[in-house]
Amino acid sequence: MAVVFEKTKGLTDAQTHYCPGCTHGIVHRLVAESLEELGVLDEAIGVAPVGCSVLAYKYFNCDMHEAAHGRAPAVATGIKRVHPENFVFTYQGDGDLASIGTAEIVHAAHRGEKISTIFINNAIYGMTGGQMAPTTLIGQKATTAPYGRDKEHCGMPLKMAEMLATIDGAQFVERVAVNTPGNARKAKKAIKKCFQTQIEGKGFGIVEVLSTCPTNWGYTPVEALKWLEENMIPYYPLGNLRTPEEVE
Amino acid sequence: MPKVKGKVTFKENLCKGCGLCVSVCPTKIISLDKEKINEKGYHPATIKEMDKCIGCANCATMCPDVVITVERMTE
Repeated sequence: MAVVFEKTKGLTDAQTHYCPGCTHGIVHRLVAESLEELGVLDEAIGVAPVGCSVLAYKYFNCDMHEAAHGRAPAVATGIKRVHPENFVFTYQGDGDLASIGTAEIVHAAHRGEKISTIFINNAIYGMTGGQMAPTTLIGQKATTAPYGRDKEHCGMPLKMAEMLATIDGAQFVERVAVNTPGNARKAKKAIKKCFQTQIEGKGFGIVEVLSTCPTNWGYTPVEALKWLEENMIPYYPLGNLRTPEEVE
Repeated sequence: MPKVKGKVTFKENLCKGCGLCVSVCPTKIISLDKEKINEKGYHPATIKEMDKCIGCANCATMCPDVVITVERMTE
């Protein structure tokens, strides 16, 4: 018997506080496996956000730093400039990166900081109880949009990956999803390429991961995966938006 | 083609009973054990007919809590 799948060294033994079926756990694992497989786990410094993944520093088995809401790219910039030999990544949700932290992520990308960002887009504010996020879909119900998001009142959902891909400093931009085993495997490939971009000193990289929030969406974990596929992927198309040539 | 056999082990007390592994198993052998309640208070995922497992690791790929270890043997 050969072991084909076991827990990566990139994760600690702490049990996560995430709700049952929350895909944060899958993305944590993909990031941790990528760090281990690229051999940067010992040099890695992660920056945790505010939001559901606020306790991410307990789960990644590398040095971690907590940042104020939305400011993870700014903190990561400081860490990377002081320790250019270390591998620095941020792990942020959509309430953190696409709302309060938009300025930080845009300018970190604009400056071409050699950091990597994992952006979890689940189209809602999870930790605070299901409020509407900039990424909430039209018609999607949230506690602050009880009749569904209205385009006239709230505008269209923000496409962060497309927006950041217009910035020259953002060298690697890709959107992936973790709704099926196949997509999860593709997501890991994208995360590894994104990390490779930093390791080779090419510049800023971001992977947007479409993720679920069964609790606040009001579905079972399995229904939530289906909802993601039917509603989120058509509006947030998967695929690579930018790759530096040598990393391809 | 050689027959591939798999063996899956669950760290039962870490399972949150979300059922994602159940939904992605191509051979439909994973179920939530309604006769058991784990330390967290959930019905943990289990496999009753392990000999049907093909070791594809789909379940482990989708498990958010890294409960699952997969082994594979080629006969």
